[in-house]
Amino acid sequence: MKRRALIALCSALVAAVLIAAPVRAAQPPTGQPPTGQSEFVPMKDLPPSEQIPAATLLVAGYSFIWIAVAVYVWTIWRRLNKVEAEMRSLAQKTAHR
Amino acid sequence: MRKAFVPLLIAAGLMLAYAPVMIAQGAFEQSMGLVSKIMYFHAPSGMVMLLSAIVCGISSALYLWKKNPAHDRLAMASAELTVLFGLLVIGTGPLWAKKAWGIWWDWEPRLTMTFVGWLISVSYLFVRKYAGPGSDKLGAALAVFGTVNVPFIYVSVNVWRTLHPKTTVVPTLPPGMRGPFWFCALTLFLLYLVLLTARVHLERQQSALDELYLAQED
Repeated sequence: MKRRALIALCSALVAAVLIAAPVRAAQPPTGQPPTGQSEFVPMKDLPPSEQIPAATLLVAGYSFIWIAVAVYVWTIWRRLNKVEAEMRSLAQKTAHR
Repeated sequence: MRKAFVPLLIAAGLMLAYAPVMIAQGAFEQSMGLVSKIMYFHAPSGMVMLLSAIVCGISSALYLWKKNPAHDRLAMASAELTVLFGLLVIGTGPLWAKKAWGIWWDWEPRLTMTFVGWLISVSYLFVRKYAGPGSDKLGAALAVFGTVNVPFIYVSVNVWRTLHPKTTVVPTLPPGMRGPFWFCALTLFLLYLVLLTARVHLERQQSALDELYLAQED
């Protein structure tokens, strides 16, 4: 009898949570939303500390591109040198035999 | 292609060196200001990334069909270049977005699908490096799926409502932006061809080395 009552109580609690969650989620938000999340703020209205100069971003963008390409070219050159050195060494070993 | 490598290398090098001058002289979009000049390399990098993913997918499909190792070498080289140009797109995009949208990143369709496409190429390289025997076929199948993603990346800005500019921006560029844009696009395309040729050569040398080791064991 006690076990049945416990199961019924647990079921009621689970049902209440399952029903309450979507109802709670559907409620309109109350009070003031956190600053900065309430609505769109145009970039020009942002305080100077929040603005990043365009030139800095532009230089960063192009530096990133040039560095990434240079690093990749270097890795190809390094791998190619390694493979060709290994081929030469292997050819020498075979010749000695 | 090997005969054209040196002229291509010289042309790509000269154009890459001259690109900053073209970009400096090029116009910028009025509402976004100076930062919109990132577009001169950002959008062409995206175009080359998609082209590279298509080359990788088609050569992988051909490899699965005809079992020709040359197709596999081309797929491997293209996958690596898809990762490189994808990195350029994903790296430069947030710099533009921060100024234009006020945020570094947004999980909107174009950005998310480009990121997924890039991850597929990264996973291709991981499969080829660590999956052991049979990784060539497994990787090829993955690359074909990566290519299926390409049209979705392209049309995502037109089909879904997104923050990202639509594909109609490039054909309707004003004359002050059109010249530098297509110059940069051609520069990156030539750079892609040069890097692809060099990378395929590396794969060919690696295969020759593997064959030498096998011959020595016999």
